[in-house]
Amino acid sequence: MASEELTTTGYIQHHLQNLTYGKLPAGYVRTDYSGNTTELDSSTWTLAKSSQEAKDMGFQAVHLDTLGWGIFLAILIGFVFRRVAVNAKPDTPKGMQSFVELVTDFVNDTVKGLFNHSHTNKFVAPMALTIFTWVFMMNLMDLIPVDWLPVAAQFIAGDSHFYFKVVPTTDPNATLGMAFTVFFLMILFSIRAKGVGGFLKELACHPFWAPKGKGYLNVLLLPINLVLETIALIAKPISLGLRLFGNMYAGETIFILIAILFSLGFVFGILGGVLQWAWAVFHILVITLQAFIFMVLTIVYMEMAHADLDDDH
Amino acid sequence: MNINYTIIGQSLTFIVFVLFCMKYVWPQLIALMEDREQRIAKGLEAAEKADKDLELAKIEVAKALKDAKEQAASILDQANKRAAQIVEDAKVSAVEEADRIKHAAHAEVDRQVSQATEELRSKVAVLAIAGAEKVLGAEVDAKAHNDMLTKLAANL
Repeated sequence: MASEELTTTGYIQHHLQNLTYGKLPAGYVRTDYSGNTTELDSSTWTLAKSSQEAKDMGFQAVHLDTLGWGIFLAILIGFVFRRVAVNAKPDTPKGMQSFVELVTDFVNDTVKGLFNHSHTNKFVAPMALTIFTWVFMMNLMDLIPVDWLPVAAQFIAGDSHFYFKVVPTTDPNATLGMAFTVFFLMILFSIRAKGVGGFLKELACHPFWAPKGKGYLNVLLLPINLVLETIALIAKPISLGLRLFGNMYAGETIFILIAILFSLGFVFGILGGVLQWAWAVFHILVITLQAFIFMVLTIVYMEMAHADLDDDH
Repeated sequence: MNINYTIIGQSLTFIVFVLFCMKYVWPQLIALMEDREQRIAKGLEAAEKADKDLELAKIEVAKALKDAKEQAASILDQANKRAAQIVEDAKVSAVEEADRIKHAAHAEVDRQVSQATEELRSKVAVLAIAGAEKVLGAEVDAKAHNDMLTKLAANL
């Protein structure tokens, strides 16, 4: 966003870069904004000053903006819901209580419709509520005009190159983090419900199984099953995480592209305003739908983890 | 777009948030909503019961009213009959009393008449003698004419 290097590409790239705090190795050559280079004597934890630096940090880095907004929104939701849960009046629900009850009831109905194992319902239902509200709130950050919070952050940080990506769900770390947590819970519940043997059997003995009397064929079928089912299993969290990420990333990118119109003069500015409004209205549907899909798929995966597919062998 | 520690941070946040929700939010909200559901169900049940009770009470009231009316009518009827009876009785006893008084009066009159007659009878001799003396100018010997006088008196 620095005035002298304000190009369209730069603007877009800047908007898509997370605020990364990570470790740069010793001997790394940093280039500052003016083009001067400095070589690091020892490995350093620092804020990345360019996309390249962020990339070079590798796994040893955190996206402060993603985690910060994620945790902030989690605390916000937790605070609101907790306050309602404590102060709730059963006879005169109003305001925030009505809203919270509406959401809770909606989630509860959805869980009841999809998940029929009451002993773990105490865990799955709150998890569904958490996912729905949290993902929705993280997605909702997308509707805040793309420049407001980043510019505010740049102003506070006093650095016009300060990276600040507001929507946590446009960071695959956030969506895949949740998706893989769901995945591990799925395996955990699956093993708890069927035992390790049952879980492995499900991987190895489906979908192909030789009829009785031709059992020797299973030697051939087992590896095929194993490969198929393992891919199917791993595809679940990846598709779960990437679906949300892809939708939000695309939506965010379009917001950024629309925002570029504002710099192209009055007529394009008006057009940009109209488009931004239209896209935001459409996006309200998208963010709710994506939050709902993430919740429903999680419930379905939990249900699948409990369901006994072991029918005839 | 780089995968890094953020993925672990997000997972931890997620787990903590889920556990928080599971412990401090979900049970309370669900309990609250179930409590309300039960209350509403109870309220509706009570209302229905009250409705039924009202219906029964109405029927009872109508029955009681009908009974009371019937009773009142029968009491009135009895009272009318009794009044007629009393009047009838009074008439009869009045007639009897009147008869009795009439008889008594008759008897009294008879008694007085016979008494007067008796008195007259006892005095008739004296009066006759006094009359005769005046006519004859002489004293009539009562003893001498006693028989005649007695006959006279007996004829009266």
